[in-house]
Amino acid sequence: MRRLGAVDELAATYDLAIVGAGPAGLSAAVTAGQFGLSVLLVDEKTAPGGQIYHGIAASPLKRGSILGPDYWSGAALVEGFAAADVDYLAGAMVWQLDQDRHLYIGADGKSRRIAAQAVILATGAQERPFPIEGWTRPGVMGVGAAQMLLKSSGLIAEGRVVLVGAGPLLWLFAAQMIAAGSPPSAILSTAATPSLGRLIPLLPSFLASAYARKGLSLVQRVRRASRLVSSVTDLRIETGESGLKIAYRAGGQAERIFEAEHVLLHQGVVPNLNLIRSAGCTIAWDDAQACWHPIADDWGASSVEGIAVAGDGAGIQGAETAARRGRLAALDAACRLGRIDGAARDRAGAEDIAAIGKDAKARRLLDVLYRPTAAFRMGSPKALVCRCEEVTGERIRQVVRETKAVGPNQLKTYLRCGMGPCQGRFCALTVNEIIAEERGISPGKIEPMRVRPPIKPITVAEFAALDL
Amino acid sequence: MRRDYDVAVVGAGLVGAAIAYGLAKDGRRVCLLDEGDIALRASRANFALVWVQTKGHGYPPYAILTHRSASLWSSFAQEVEAETGVDLGFQQPGGFTFALSEEELEGRRRILDEVQAQPGVPDLGSRIVLRNELISLIPEAGPEVVGASYCAKDGHCNSPRLLLALHRGFGMRGGDLLTNRTVETITAGRDGFSILGEGEEIQAGKIVLAAGLGNIRLAPMVGLDAPLQPLKGQLIVTEKVRPFLHYPLVNLRQTDEGGVMIGSSMEDMGFDTSSVVPVVANMAKRAIRLFPLLAEANIVRSWAGLRIMTPDGFPLYEQSQEAPGAFLCNCHSGVTLAAAHAGDLAQAIGRGNLDGFGAFSGERLRVQAAQ
Amino acid sequence: MFKRLSEASGRVLSFTFDGQPLEGREGDSLAAALLAGGVGVFRTTVPSDASRGPYCLMGVCFDCLVEVDGVANRQACMIPLREGMCVTPQRRARQLGE
Repeated sequence: MRRLGAVDELAATYDLAIVGAGPAGLSAAVTAGQFGLSVLLVDEKTAPGGQIYHGIAASPLKRGSILGPDYWSGAALVEGFAAADVDYLAGAMVWQLDQDRHLYIGADGKSRRIAAQAVILATGAQERPFPIEGWTRPGVMGVGAAQMLLKSSGLIAEGRVVLVGAGPLLWLFAAQMIAAGSPPSAILSTAATPSLGRLIPLLPSFLASAYARKGLSLVQRVRRASRLVSSVTDLRIETGESGLKIAYRAGGQAERIFEAEHVLLHQGVVPNLNLIRSAGCTIAWDDAQACWHPIADDWGASSVEGIAVAGDGAGIQGAETAARRGRLAALDAACRLGRIDGAARDRAGAEDIAAIGKDAKARRLLDVLYRPTAAFRMGSPKALVCRCEEVTGERIRQVVRETKAVGPNQLKTYLRCGMGPCQGRFCALTVNEIIAEERGISPGKIEPMRVRPPIKPITVAEFAALDL
Repeated sequence: MRRDYDVAVVGAGLVGAAIAYGLAKDGRRVCLLDEGDIALRASRANFALVWVQTKGHGYPPYAILTHRSASLWSSFAQEVEAETGVDLGFQQPGGFTFALSEEELEGRRRILDEVQAQPGVPDLGSRIVLRNELISLIPEAGPEVVGASYCAKDGHCNSPRLLLALHRGFGMRGGDLLTNRTVETITAGRDGFSILGEGEEIQAGKIVLAAGLGNIRLAPMVGLDAPLQPLKGQLIVTEKVRPFLHYPLVNLRQTDEGGVMIGSSMEDMGFDTSSVVPVVANMAKRAIRLFPLLAEANIVRSWAGLRIMTPDGFPLYEQSQEAPGAFLCNCHSGVTLAAAHAGDLAQAIGRGNLDGFGAFSGERLRVQAAQ
Repeated sequence: MFKRLSEASGRVLSFTFDGQPLEGREGDSLAAALLAGGVGVFRTTVPSDASRGPYCLMGVCFDCLVEVDGVANRQACMIPLREGMCVTPQRRARQLGE
C-alpha cells in the first residue's frame, strides 16, 4: 500500500477506485491488487478499518479483552491491505461521483477530479435515526459513537450511563463497558417481542450460526452485570438539575424517570447511501430492515454500469459478509477489465456467495428481533426529526396533512427538512415513514429524498479551484 | 354535465398556485392539480427574485407588467402573510447587477437606457452605480467590481415559503389541492372541461394550464399551442452565514435564513436536471470575484432546474378560441409575477376574458414565426 | 464525563477550547479530546441557538461543529487533534470575512 499525502499525488486515472476503508473496501483493494489492477482506495478516516475496526492500527487499548476478539480479527485485514499494491488516500472525501465514473475527491481544502474504469462504493453504515424528544441534547449520543471513543481513544463514559434502544451493537457495547470496568447503570430495551410463530421458522438457521454462539453468551453476560428494563416506550430526554432525565414507560406502566450523565441511543444501523444515490444507483425499500438499500447482483453490480456496491452500504449484513462482498466486487471488476474470464470469476467467488447466502438466512432472526417499532422509526411528535433545521415530527405531519405532500422532496420545499449540512442523513428515513403513514402506503412507494452534490460541504474556493 | 369545480388549475407551482389563490378569493370553487414528488418543478429551483431592472428589454408590455407586479408585491405579501401566517421574507431594497469590467458596465448602462426608453414604460428607478458609491452600500464587493446597474424596484423573497403560503392560503380560501394527479387527458365539452388523471375524472367550467413545461403536452388538448423550451439553470447554496449582504444581485443573494444562493447559468441541455460540476465550478469562480469573502463559505448543495422559455422569452397568456374557458399561462418569472398572477390575471380568468393581457397571447409568436 | 482507561497510552497534546487549556492524546480526534476534557457543548444551532454536542462521531450528523484555528464549521470528529490547536465553539451561524 502506498499512502498518498495529498490529492496532487493521485493518478489521473485508475482501473478501480474504491471508496471506504472498512472490511468491504479493504478486502476489495487486496483482491484487486492481486490481479494487477491499478487501484485507489479513498477513505474519510485517517486510518484504515472503517467504523467496525475504527482505530485498529493505532488503538491505545492493548490487544485484550475489552473490545473482544471480533474487533481484533480486523487486524489481519488491515495488515493484508498494508502489503497490497494499491494507492491509499486517507482523510479524503469523495464528494461527487458521476455516471461516467469521475470521482471528485477533496482533502485538506483541495479537490481533484480523477477517472476510474470501475468503482466500488463501500460506504458502510450509520446508526439509524432515533428521533425521540431530547435526542439532540448534549450528553446524548449514539452507542456507536461512544464505542468509537473507546476504540480509538480508550475513553469510556463514566458516571450514570444509560443505554437505550435495541440491536446487536447495543449488547456488544454493554459487554465492552462491563469488560472495561464501567458497566452501564441501566439498559432500557425498546425491542418489541415478536410472536413465537414468526421466530420459530427462523431459529434453525440462527442457532447453527456464530451469531447464536457469540450473541447468546454476550447477552447472558450483560444481563448478569447490569440492570435491564424491557418493553420500553414513550421515551423523552430532558435536562435535569444534575444531568439528563430520561422519562419512559415500561410494559405500558406509569412513567418513570432515570437520571444520567450520558444517554447512549441505538436503534440498529442502516446503509450510508448518499454517495451511492448521488451516483444515480437505484435503491429499493427493504421492509425487513426498514431502510433502503441499493439494488445489486451477487457481485455488487449496481444499476449504473461500472459502479458496484459492497459492505453494509449495500445492505446491512455485518463485517464478515462485508469482507466477502468486497472480494466479490473486486473479482467482478477484474473480470470486467479483462484480467480474468467469467468462469474464473465464478470459481473464485463461489464460496463467498454461498457463505453470504447462509449468513443472510441466519440473520433473519436478528432483523425480526431488532426491527425498530413504528413508534421509534417515526419518532415522537415533539422530537426534532430534522436535527439541522430543527423541524419536529408533529410539524411535518401537520404540513403533510395540509398540503397533501406526496413525498420528501416537496416537503423539503415547505419545511426545509433535509436541507441542512447533514443532507438528510438523520431525517430522510423518518420523513419517508411519516409521509408513508400519513398517506397509508408503504414507505417503498415514496420517492426517497434526493441527494445533491457535494454530498458533504466543501468551500466555494475549493469548488472554484477545480482544474477540470 | 356535472360540474365539480368552477375552475381547475393544472400545475401547483408558483404560477398555478398564485392564480389558483387569486381565483379562490371570490368564492369560486377551484381545484389545483399537482404532480408527484419527482416532477420537473421549476418552482423548486428558482432564484426568488422580484426582479425588474432589465425585464422586457425589446418588449415594452413585459416591462410594464413586471413593473406593475413588483409594485403590487408589497401589498400582496401583506395580504398573504396576514391570511396564512407564513413570513414571505419579502424585501425590496433595490437590486444590483455587478459589472466586472468597463465593457460589462457599459453594456448594463445601454440596456437600462433602452428598457427605460421604450414607449409606455413607467419610471423604473434604475441607474448605473459606480464603484465608489457601490462600495459605500456594499463594502464586501470585490476589487474587480467596477460598478453595477441598480433598480429600486428590485427585491427578493423566500420562495419556498411563498409556495407553502400560496398552497395554505388556497386551502384556507376553500380551494382543493389535489396532489399526485398528473393530468392525462382534457376533453372540452359544451359547458366545461373533463379532466382525467390517475384514474379520477374532474369536471370544471374553466381550466387554467399552468403546468410549466407540461403545457407542451396539455395545450393541444384544448386547441392551444405552447411552443416552450427548457433552459437549464444551475444553483448553488452555501451554509448559513451571518447577514452581510442586504441587497439582492441578479445572480447572488443572501436568503433570510442566512444561506447565500449563487446562480445562474444558462445551459440549453434539454430536460436533464442533473447538476454538472464544471458549470458549478465556474459559478463559484465568478462568485468569489464578486465577493471574495465567499471563498471560505461552505457549499452545502447544488442543483438544477429548468426555466420555461417561450421563443422570445416573454410570458404567454392566452385563451383558447377553439375551447373558450381554457387558458394557457406560461412564464419563467413565477416569483416576480406572483402578485400580478394572483391579482389581475386571476381576475381576468375569472371574468373569462384576458383583456389587458392581449400583448401576451401567442399571436405575436405566430407572427414572428410567419416572418 | 469520560475517563481514559489506564491502559490507554499516547503522547499528550495541548490545545485550547474557548481560551481554556486542555490536554488530549495523540490519536484522538478533536471531538474525543474535547469530550475527554469535559466539554459537552460544542456549538449552538443556527435556527434556535440550542446547545449541541457530538451525536454520531463518524462525520454524518454535523452536530460537533467547532471553529479550529480560525476556520468555522469544522467537524471535530473528523479532525485529528494536533498540538497547539486553538478551538472555539461554533455559536450559531458563522461570520464570513472575520
